Amino acid sequence: MSGVNPNAGHGNHQVLSVLVQNRPGVLARVASLFARRGYNIVSLAVAPTDRDDYSRISIVVDVESASIEQIVKQLFKLVEVVRIQELDPRRSVERELMMATVRASAEQRGQVIELVNIFEGKILAVGSEAVTVSLDGSPEKIDDFEELLRQYGIVESQRTGRVALPKLDRSARSTKGKAG
Amino acid sequence: MAAKETLTGAQALIRSLEQQQVEVIFGLPGGCILPAYDPLLESPIRHILVRHEQGAGHMAEGYAHVTGRPGVAMVTSGPAATNLVTPLCDAFMDSIPMVAITGQVPTAAIGTDAFQECDTVGITRSITKHNELVMSADDIPLAIRQAFHLASTGRPGPVLVDLPKDVLQNTMTWHWPSDDEVEDSLPGYKPNRKGHSRMIREAAQMILAAHRPVLYVGGGILKARAAEALRELAELVQIPVVTTLMARGAFPDDHPLCLGMPGMHGTATAVTAMQKSDLLVALGARFDDRVTGRVNGFAPEARIIHVDIDPAEQGKVRRPDVPIVGDCRLVIEELVAAIRDLLAGGTVQADLSAWRSRVSGWREQFPLTYEASAPGAALKPQYCLEQLRDAAPDGTILVAGVGQHQMWSSQYWRFTEPYTWVNSGGLGTMGFAVPAAIGAKVGRPNTTVWAVDGDGCFQMTAQELVTASLERIPVKIAILNNSYLGMVRQWQEMFYEERYSEVYLSTEVPDFVKMAEAMGCVGIRVEDPSEVAPAIDKANSIHDRPVVVDFRVDAGEKVFPMVAAGCTNDEIMLHPAQGARREFLR
Repeated sequence: MSGVNPNAGHGNHQVLSVLVQNRPGVLARVASLFARRGYNIVSLAVAPTDRDDYSRISIVVDVESASIEQIVKQLFKLVEVVRIQELDPRRSVERELMMATVRASAEQRGQVIELVNIFEGKILAVGSEAVTVSLDGSPEKIDDFEELLRQYGIVESQRTGRVALPKLDRSARSTKGKAG
Repeated sequence: MAAKETLTGAQALIRSLEQQQVEVIFGLPGGCILPAYDPLLESPIRHILVRHEQGAGHMAEGYAHVTGRPGVAMVTSGPAATNLVTPLCDAFMDSIPMVAITGQVPTAAIGTDAFQECDTVGITRSITKHNELVMSADDIPLAIRQAFHLASTGRPGPVLVDLPKDVLQNTMTWHWPSDDEVEDSLPGYKPNRKGHSRMIREAAQMILAAHRPVLYVGGGILKARAAEALRELAELVQIPVVTTLMARGAFPDDHPLCLGMPGMHGTATAVTAMQKSDLLVALGARFDDRVTGRVNGFAPEARIIHVDIDPAEQGKVRRPDVPIVGDCRLVIEELVAAIRDLLAGGTVQADLSAWRSRVSGWREQFPLTYEASAPGAALKPQYCLEQLRDAAPDGTILVAGVGQHQMWSSQYWRFTEPYTWVNSGGLGTMGFAVPAAIGAKVGRPNTTVWAVDGDGCFQMTAQELVTASLERIPVKIAILNNSYLGMVRQWQEMFYEERYSEVYLSTEVPDFVKMAEAMGCVGIRVEDPSEVAPAIDKANSIHDRPVVVDFRVDAGEKVFPMVAAGCTNDEIMLHPAQGARREFLR
């Protein structure tokens, strides 16, 4: 395992991109390790990769609860964990998706639609008293959007948690991350 | 190419175990594992039928401790699997290679709360190195090969394979996976065995420059089969050695550089030498709280070289100045070569004579001690151990339970060979000794195996002596019987103002001699010092059945030295007879 960049991450959060074998129980293994060692998960997103025998888990961890170095080392002890990348936000691209159902009477609907357009979001469904909208973007952009929607009244919302990949470095040949 | 052979999953399981050169399985059959017990009848593998599944697990551990090969336990689903939880956790804490095979309800019944169903992989997830629910008979050989590979490489540990009944009954085409197939199936598992050469050179320089160095040796040395390499290192640089509870025997106790065990009940010399050192070379040790005492007061002036095959141990408790991830034997061999290079190149080792004379002063002032029993008074447990030790044939394996008797065993035995000490260190599992001794004797049938047990511990797993009698496994058990949960009693005496709460067992019930006899063993009671040596001689002369010696010992005897919980190692409590000499501990 190579060294750890102490400056990575926003404040107390750090994104780990964990490549795992796509096998039953892998997510439970990762989750139970966090519970067992007392590490806090801020958000977690998991889905298969382009190879169907691997999945990628993007975990935002609270590094107040434990040293990121220990978390990475303990995670890497899981046999099904293949690779772990600690993503420095300055050198990675991050996205998150939010869906929200917002109260919007006929009079307010125009304002909500305008807001969605400004943020380049989408209208997914329209009802008589509410609309369901979606937005994907950086987590900060989604925070701003959510804040602005709040004045209309958010009925329900769901965020995916962030997913991230390393930024492509035009000068280097590879984007190989830490392999533990 | 051989013709394709069709086997049932159960046949494939037993053949896979044969391929892994398994010579013995400790187990107990039941509903869901039944299919696996049928082909076992035709197999050369010996099966030892236990009386409780916990016993199977600890036997597998004892076997693994002394042979270095994974111990195998096989039991059914549900309650049998949960009975295996304690030994799995014990093996996990002490990095013991073990493969557990559990039956599971048929795949179609999983999740329905079927009879004897439990979520075995869920329950054992955090106490195994890896576990796997196998859903197809075709996958059994690979699952077994992976299990043995994972259990015995890198940092060893227990691996569990859960096999649903229909998976054992279904047929499959036999195929034994190659090394490459195993490796390809575990893309994320690549233990790093070879240490970083720059770090090793740095460590070599640091060792030669240190004025007060100590080699802090843990159980990893034994796992890496590194005892010889360790001795070469210690003798090359003449640095004193402490061996933790898990490493007793890794360095001979009669060697002039050996300071004995460190930690909560370690020798004053070992504890103090670490505390005052300027360089701790941790070799396969993990800075356990029982060794460090209060961590922020542990070895405050020491720089740390930490060699361990598990990267997660580096910096977990104490940040090392030089971390070296690798196999202890390979790293020590390279370290020795690097030190020889430096010495040949003109580097001169720091003068250690002042340090050595300080250490030998402590050794003279603070030997282990106890007060001999007054005539007619109760036997001293330490005396029994000394007698047992002095009468033990060469190479005797000593197994202990958990508590006072365990600490006295570690303190008073004189370990001269590796793999002659078996105990439960990390988990502290009472009841470990009897089954672990049976497993050890199965692994080393030509060696004398003595278990030293407490009367509390003995009553947790004694029924396995029935197994030992019927399977003709002649272990010897010495019960240091003080009629108390002795270690708890010691804490209540010292830290709870002698308010004894639920620690008294009984002086009369059970009658351990009758109990031993009822289980097919020879039972001997010893109450007077004059009876000790003859009883031990008699026990040592019996080779056809287990022997239980019930030593009635002084309940008031306490383990010293002691570092109380929450204290630093500077606050070590000496035996009362040595308290006045405390000033020498500087």
